[in-house]
Amino acid sequence: MESLYAITTGVLTACGLYLTLRGRTFPVVVGLTLLSYAVNLFLFSMGGLTTGAAAIIDGQSHFADPLPQALVLTAIVIGFAMTAFVVILAMRARSELGNDHVDGRKREEPHR
Amino acid sequence: MTLLWIALLPLLGVLVPAFTAQRGRRFCSLATAALPALALLLTLVQLPTLAADETLRVAVDWVPTLGLELAFRLDGLSVLFNLLIMGIGLLILLYAHFYLSPEEPFGRFYAYLILFMASMVGIVMADNLLLLWLYWELTSLSSFLLIGFWSHRSDARKGARMALTVTGAGGLALLAGLLLLGDIVGSYDMQVVLDSGSAILADPRYPWMLGLVLLGAFTKSAQFPFQFWLPHAMAAPTPVSAYLHSATMVKAGIFLMARLHPAIAGSELWTVVVSLIGMATLLYGAWFALMKTDLKGILAFSTVSHLGLITVLLGIGSPMAVLAALFHILNHAAFKAALFMCAGIIDHETGTRELKRLGGLRRAMPVTALLTTLAGAAMAGVPLFNGFLSKEMFFTETLASPVLGGLSWLLPVLATLGGILSVAYSLRLVHAVFYKPAREAPPKSPHEPPWLMRAPVALLVVICVLVGLAPVLAEGLLALAITPVLGETMEFHLAIWHGVNLPLAMSGVALVAGVAMYARHADLQRFLKGFRPVDARLVFEGAVQRLSNRAETTLRRIDNGSQQRYVGLLLLASVVVAGLGLSGMPLLTGDQGNQPVDGVLLVGAGLLIFGGIGTAATHRYRLISLLMLSVVGLIVSLTFARFSAPDLALTQLSVEVVTMILLMLALYFLPQRTSRETSSARHVRDIVLAGALGMAVASLNYAVLTRDTTSLSSFFLENSVSGGGGHNVVNVILVDFRGFDTLGEITVLALAGLAIFKLLRRLRLFMPHSDTEGRLWSPDRYPAILTSISLALLPLALLVSAFIFLRGHNLPGGGFIAGLVTAVAMILLYMARGVEWAQERLQFEYQPVAIAGVGIATLTGLGSWLFGEPFLTSAFGHFHLPVIGDFELATALLFDLGVYLAVVGATLMILANLGKVTTAHSPAKGAPASDENLSRSSKEKH
Repeated sequence: MESLYAITTGVLTACGLYLTLRGRTFPVVVGLTLLSYAVNLFLFSMGGLTTGAAAIIDGQSHFADPLPQALVLTAIVIGFAMTAFVVILAMRARSELGNDHVDGRKREEPHR
Repeated sequence: MTLLWIALLPLLGVLVPAFTAQRGRRFCSLATAALPALALLLTLVQLPTLAADETLRVAVDWVPTLGLELAFRLDGLSVLFNLLIMGIGLLILLYAHFYLSPEEPFGRFYAYLILFMASMVGIVMADNLLLLWLYWELTSLSSFLLIGFWSHRSDARKGARMALTVTGAGGLALLAGLLLLGDIVGSYDMQVVLDSGSAILADPRYPWMLGLVLLGAFTKSAQFPFQFWLPHAMAAPTPVSAYLHSATMVKAGIFLMARLHPAIAGSELWTVVVSLIGMATLLYGAWFALMKTDLKGILAFSTVSHLGLITVLLGIGSPMAVLAALFHILNHAAFKAALFMCAGIIDHETGTRELKRLGGLRRAMPVTALLTTLAGAAMAGVPLFNGFLSKEMFFTETLASPVLGGLSWLLPVLATLGGILSVAYSLRLVHAVFYKPAREAPPKSPHEPPWLMRAPVALLVVICVLVGLAPVLAEGLLALAITPVLGETMEFHLAIWHGVNLPLAMSGVALVAGVAMYARHADLQRFLKGFRPVDARLVFEGAVQRLSNRAETTLRRIDNGSQQRYVGLLLLASVVVAGLGLSGMPLLTGDQGNQPVDGVLLVGAGLLIFGGIGTAATHRYRLISLLMLSVVGLIVSLTFARFSAPDLALTQLSVEVVTMILLMLALYFLPQRTSRETSSARHVRDIVLAGALGMAVASLNYAVLTRDTTSLSSFFLENSVSGGGGHNVVNVILVDFRGFDTLGEITVLALAGLAIFKLLRRLRLFMPHSDTEGRLWSPDRYPAILTSISLALLPLALLVSAFIFLRGHNLPGGGFIAGLVTAVAMILLYMARGVEWAQERLQFEYQPVAIAGVGIATLTGLGSWLFGEPFLTSAFGHFHLPVIGDFELATALLFDLGVYLAVVGATLMILANLGKVTTAHSPAKGAPASDENLSRSSKEKH
């Protein structure tokens, strides 16, 4: 189970990073979102993979680690805010520069 | 305590001119002089204590972890320099009072001058290596301000910059050297350092340390080959030159060598390097002093030369040599300050400092002529002046020095040569200005300056003559000063007459040959015309220019403006670091091992991998890529649910919805497809890079997962109910234990919403009227089913979100999730009914909602202050109200309400505003779908 989890995280990371290396804004934003999924999974797993033991105090003795969960919860919300900011920045860049290249090249015509 | 006052009074004095400049120049000058004068008085009061062989010390902790103390000491050496710095400083102040023209900002000038004085006092009194260095840097900075005081003049700016560059670079070397020294000794305390001389010499790092410290001292004291900045610093107003280049700035390097003498001198390396550099400086300075035709230029180079002389003596290092060095420091300060002030008077009265345009001033300014002649005689080393005595001692020491072994005769010969040159330039300075008939009339008709302006010069000249006639007067001070340098007291006697001996003969040769050399000066000048002059400034500026060009080229190679390259380099660096770390592990799998896999997990992992690869592979078809991404997001939320994190699953699910709506909305305004523009090689490179890092992450994750980790979570689990009053530990951490973090996070969220709101203003939009295949958008904007369902759904969704919110403290839920659910329900309304419809019914802005949320959360935190508790303390257990039961939850719930409002506000601010940009409610204000934009976008055929 652990190895499967780790491989999945690795694949998502690799796909996200590949997209962040693209030259157009939208794939980069998608890549960042994908990467943040991978990072959240990674951080979440720092407390170990626990089955059927949510951190709700109700008489049981075994709990999942609540701390990574709390950290990842806010990370998800902040991640959304950042995605929103970046994608709207990309829209703005396209409107100002006439293209959606990540370097914001001014001379280029809107691509076909 | 007195020590602290001596060191800090001048520093306080920096403020005085600021407060008194409005009350007139006379008042300001007097007030400025008061604090340094008091400090000088306090220093003098300490003399009897010091005479009893005591070193006064005081220390206050400053940054103990760094070993930095506000520690001062007052020993003989500090006293000698303190008297010079503050004594001459006060004379300079008096002189400057008359020198500066009325329209110049004298308050600023005084402040700089006193700042400089205070930092010099700090250097000589510092009892801690790091403190000494701080003051050292302060002198570099304040001298920069002083040299560049006439900032409208290009030469002043350039000279100041050069001085700062050279002494600043030397200061960095000095810092490295002092850190090394402190490391060798194990303490930055000056006394400890001075007491561990033998340990320092034996340390293998000694040569490095010595080199770095000397680099600092040599740059400051303008020793060869760093002498070039000093003549260019002459662009400063003359009082500054007189102060910096006689008694203070350039003596700082000399002081450092004297101060650290017991600790770092005494090796052969020291003797050879210091005395040879000193000798080179002595000759270089003397030679160029003879060549210059600018009064201050002559004095500048003669200063370089005399500093070289002192350095030679410190390099030789025998007790008599050190004594001679200290004596010459005193003498040089006296006659050089006097001569600079004379040069300033001449400049002030005639309007020029150019030797060729001056002459015959003896008639117009008889008193100044007399004073300059006497000071010049002292500089030349004419018998019965103080300069003669120390120069004679210098000759004696060069004869006795064994520095060069078989070539040891070279040192006295070179010293005599220096003596000859020194006589020649001193004579030239005095004769050409006052006695030689003038070739042309000076720009202003000269007359004597006010007597108060001459008074400081007269006082210094009197000192020169008195010490020259009765050297016993200086003995007491020198006896005090030499003790800390040698580490022991020394018996000595200064005499005018030592009988007929070799040093006297050398003085005689210097005098006769110097006069002869000046007599043939014209021939010499003609001969020298054959050499091409080298302007140190051009060389320096050229070097700086080349350096910055080189840096720019290098930088441009790395920083070429391509974001793809930056990301690539970043990833490459991460791969290297992660690879190194992983390769250092003995075994990847830890001792915990794997848990068994079941079918559901396999399917989930398969879907995740499929979604991830699909997103990447289809990235050119952006909508498909986005749909693939949503698969990943949904399965991630299921993963959270599977591994006991219901809160995370709920959050991820609702964030997933808003993210997808957001990205789809944004994609509408962006190109729908990416054209093929990357080369195959580049693709391979990117895949390899991303793949390598993916593998590194997977390995790292696996390594962590299979190991037993210690967590601090047991604290939260144990205290959640008793301390936070909630059963859902994740929620209690968010709103209570780590409430401050959450407050920061909702603030970021609100800020992102506001930033997006601003970004959407005045946005020109590219709006396609059809999709990629050229099909027009469907005219059926609001599908009937969605429309009817959404309305029914809204109250239900709001109810659910209220439920989730209220139960959040004890069961999965809470402000974050409830806020997202509410936001999604509202967004659905916008989508189903259109912006106009929603806008009519939702008559409020979202910005205030988000801000109110952050405000409520903050106020909840501040509320605990009212009860004398730290910020954001949980009310639980602190509220002692009659009905405790309900109030336990109250503050946490209030905080969560803030979170809820912030999330709703920020999310709607982002999505609703983005949705509105195409409508009349747009924040784009007047730049919605205009004809121009439409025609422009219709040209784009994606």
